[in-house]
Amino acid sequence: MFENLTARLQETFRKLRGKGKLSEADVDEALREIRIALLEADVNFKVVRDFVAKVRERAVGSEVAASLTPGQQVIKIVNSELTQLMGGRESKIQYAPKPPTVIMMVGLQGSGKTTTAAKLGYLLKKQGRKPLLVAADTWRPAAIKQLQVLGEKIGVEVFSTHEGDDAVRVASAGVARGKFLGCDMVLVDTQGRLHVDDELMAELGGMQKAILPHEVLLVVDAMTGQDAVNVASAFDERLELSGVILTKLDGDARGGAALSTRAVTGKPIKFIGVGERIDALEPFHPDRMASRILGMGDILSLIEKAEATYDQTKAVQLTEKLKTADFTLEDFQDQLEQMQKIGPLDEIVRMIPGMSRIKGAGDMKVDDHRLRQVGAIIGSMTPEERRNPEVIDGSRRRRIARGSGVKVQDVNVLLRQFNQVKGFLKQLGGGGKAQRRAMRKGIIPFMQ
Amino acid sequence: MNAADRLEKPIQHHDPDGHPKGLLAGLSERLARTRQSIVGQVQSLIGRRPVLDAEFFDELEAILLQADVGVNTTMRLLSGLSRSLKEGGQGKALSGEDVLKRLKEQIVAVLGPPEPLGKAVEGPTVIMVVGVNGTGKTTTVGKLCHRFRKYGAEVILGATDTFRAAAIDQLEIWGKRAGARVIRHEEGADPAAVAYDACQAAKARGVDYVILDTAGRLHTHVNLMRELEKVKRVVEREVPGAPHEVLLALDATSGQNGLSQATTFKEAVEVTGIALTKLDGTAKGGIILAIRDSLGIPVKLIGIGEGIEDLRGFDPKEFVDAIFHTQDT
Repeated sequence: MFENLTARLQETFRKLRGKGKLSEADVDEALREIRIALLEADVNFKVVRDFVAKVRERAVGSEVAASLTPGQQVIKIVNSELTQLMGGRESKIQYAPKPPTVIMMVGLQGSGKTTTAAKLGYLLKKQGRKPLLVAADTWRPAAIKQLQVLGEKIGVEVFSTHEGDDAVRVASAGVARGKFLGCDMVLVDTQGRLHVDDELMAELGGMQKAILPHEVLLVVDAMTGQDAVNVASAFDERLELSGVILTKLDGDARGGAALSTRAVTGKPIKFIGVGERIDALEPFHPDRMASRILGMGDILSLIEKAEATYDQTKAVQLTEKLKTADFTLEDFQDQLEQMQKIGPLDEIVRMIPGMSRIKGAGDMKVDDHRLRQVGAIIGSMTPEERRNPEVIDGSRRRRIARGSGVKVQDVNVLLRQFNQVKGFLKQLGGGGKAQRRAMRKGIIPFMQ
Repeated sequence: MNAADRLEKPIQHHDPDGHPKGLLAGLSERLARTRQSIVGQVQSLIGRRPVLDAEFFDELEAILLQADVGVNTTMRLLSGLSRSLKEGGQGKALSGEDVLKRLKEQIVAVLGPPEPLGKAVEGPTVIMVVGVNGTGKTTTVGKLCHRFRKYGAEVILGATDTFRAAAIDQLEIWGKRAGARVIRHEEGADPAAVAYDACQAAKARGVDYVILDTAGRLHTHVNLMRELEKVKRVVEREVPGAPHEVLLALDATSGQNGLSQATTFKEAVEVTGIALTKLDGTAKGGIILAIRDSLGIPVKLIGIGEGIEDLRGFDPKEFVDAIFHTQDT
C-alpha cells in the first residue's frame, strides 16, 4: 500500500520512455502519477494542483518533442519546476549590521525548537561566533532545563529565569544579557503553540515588538501533513517570518511540507535537521530537496560529503597510482578507511539515485561486516605482502586467515577481487574520463 | 467495581463531571476547528453542487485528501460512498444530508468499534508509550497518569527516556502534578534497566499501573528501534502478559509518514493502540483512517488540549459525530 514514490514515478517514466513522442494523454497519465506521488509526499493539495497544471503546460508541446527521451524530459521539467518552487538557491542567515543578531525560533509543540536552537548555537559557535541561548519557553515542564543541559553540552551560554515567568520579559532580558556579554548572536527559544491560539500568538507578536529580531524562524516538523500550509501562513501573517527550519528529515518523510510552506509563505527554508546528534543541522539546498521529494536520491549531498571527508593528498596519490596501475593492497586499505569516514554504509546507499528502484532497497543492508573483514585480512598481511601480493603463497594465506580470524577461502576471494580490479585499471590505462569513472566506482567497493 | 475495571470501558462515559450529552458537546467544541474545515467544506460543497456528478466527487476527494486521509483510503471511501449512494438512491433524489450521513457511515466503518485500553487480569498493568520525537509522549503519559489517579488507581511512571535532555525532569513534574512515583535513573542510562526497576517496584508495591515514557525515536533508526524492543522484552519477562498496552503517540498534524511510523513501530513492538495528540489545532488527523484501514491499529486516546484533563477515550462514532456535528443555524 505504501508504495515507494520513486518506484512509482520510474514505472510511469518507463512507460514514457518507450515512446518517441509524447501525446497529451501520455503526459496526463504521467502527471496523474506525479500528483499521487506528491500527495503521498504530503505536499499540500492546492500546491499540487497548481504545480501539476504548470508542468502540464510546459510538458505538452515542442519542448518534449525535441528531447532525446521523453521520460527524461518530463523528469527534468518536474525537477526544475520543483526546485524553482522550493526557492531556487540556498538562503543564509541575515546578520545584523550591528551585532548581536537576534533570532527568534517559533513553531508548534514538538516541532523541535529547543533542540534546533541548541544545534544552531553549536553551528554558529563552530563558525567562530559567540551565541547566547535564551530560554523563553517558560511554560513546558523542564524546557528551561533541557536548554541548559544542551547549552552545557555544546559550551554555549544559556540565559534563563524561572518556569512561569513572563516570556516577553525573559526574551528582552536575554537580549540585554547578550549585549552585555558581547555575544554576536542571540537565539531565543519560545514555547510551542498552536497557530490558532490567539492569546499565545499575540504574546509572540509582543515579544517580536520587544526584542526586534533580525530573523524569525518557523520550526516545522518534516512529517507534517496537509496542515503545514495553515500553520505556516498563520505564523507568517502574525510575525512575518524570515525563514523556515525543517526538522526530523533523518526519517523517511518525503518532506512535502517543505514545498507547501515555501509555496504559501514564499519564505525560504534555511536549515534542515538531519539527526539526533547536536551537529546534525545543515544548510538547506532546494535542488536536493526537490530530488528527495521526487525520490531521486540525494546524490549531490553524497558527493559533497565524500569530497569533504576524502583526504585530498591521498586522493591525488591514488590517482597517480591508478595511472600507472601501480595499485596495491595498501592503497586498497587506505581507500577502505576513507570510506568508513564518510559514514554508515546504508546511509550512503540511500542517497544513491536509482537505489529505490530496486525492490526493498530502502531496507537493504550493506555488508559492513564484510568490509571490516577485508580490513582485517589486509591488516594481517606484512607490508611486503600488501605491496606485492604475488608472494602470498598457500602457507602465507593460512597465516593471514588465522591472523584475521577468517577462512582461507575468504583470503582467496579478496585476492581474486583485487586482481580483477587491478586488471581493470590496467585496461583503463591513463585515460581521463574512464579513470574518473573508475575512481567514482572505486569509492564504493563491494556494492552489489 | 474497582478503579481499573471502570477504566476498561471507553473512558469518557465515566467522566465524573460529564454527562454523555454534555460531553459530546464539549468534545465537539474542542474539535470545532477540526470540524470547521471538514463539515464547513462538505456543506458548502453541497450548497454549490446540488448535482452529484463527477466534479462533486472530485471536490469531496479534495476535502478528504486535505484532511490527510491519504490517496488510497480516500479512493476506498469514495468508491464505498458512491456504491452506497447508488444502492440507496434508486428513484429518488439524494440530498446533501444523505451524502454527509453516508460518508459518516463509511468513516465509522473504517474506524471500527471503540476499543478499551488493555488491562492485566491480575497484577500491574504495564503501558508503554512510544513514538517519534515531539509527538507528545511525555505529556500523554502525564495526562494518562492523572486519569488513572483520579479513579483512585496507584500508578508508577518509568522514566525510560534517558536520552532527551531534561526528559526525566519533565516526567518528574508530571508525576508530582498527578501524584505518582517516578522511577528514574541518570540521563544516558539503559532504558531497559529503568523499565526493569519500574516493573519490580510495581510488583513490590502492588500498584495498578506502570506507564513507561520512552524516548522519541525516528522509526528509521534501526538501533533505536532495537533498544525499544529490548525494553519490551524486559517488560515481558518481568510481568506476565505485559505490556498490556503499547500506545503509539501520533501527532494529529502528521501526514502520510504517520503510516510509515505505525508500520515500523508495529513491527518492532506490536503497537496495540494509538494516542492521537494535538487534535485541538486545525489538523484533522485523517491519517488514523489510513492506519486503521491498512494496519488495523485502533485509536484509543485523543489529546485535545494542553490541560491535564485534556485526554479522552476514543469512540469512533462519537468522534465522527463530533466532527460532522451540524450546528443549528
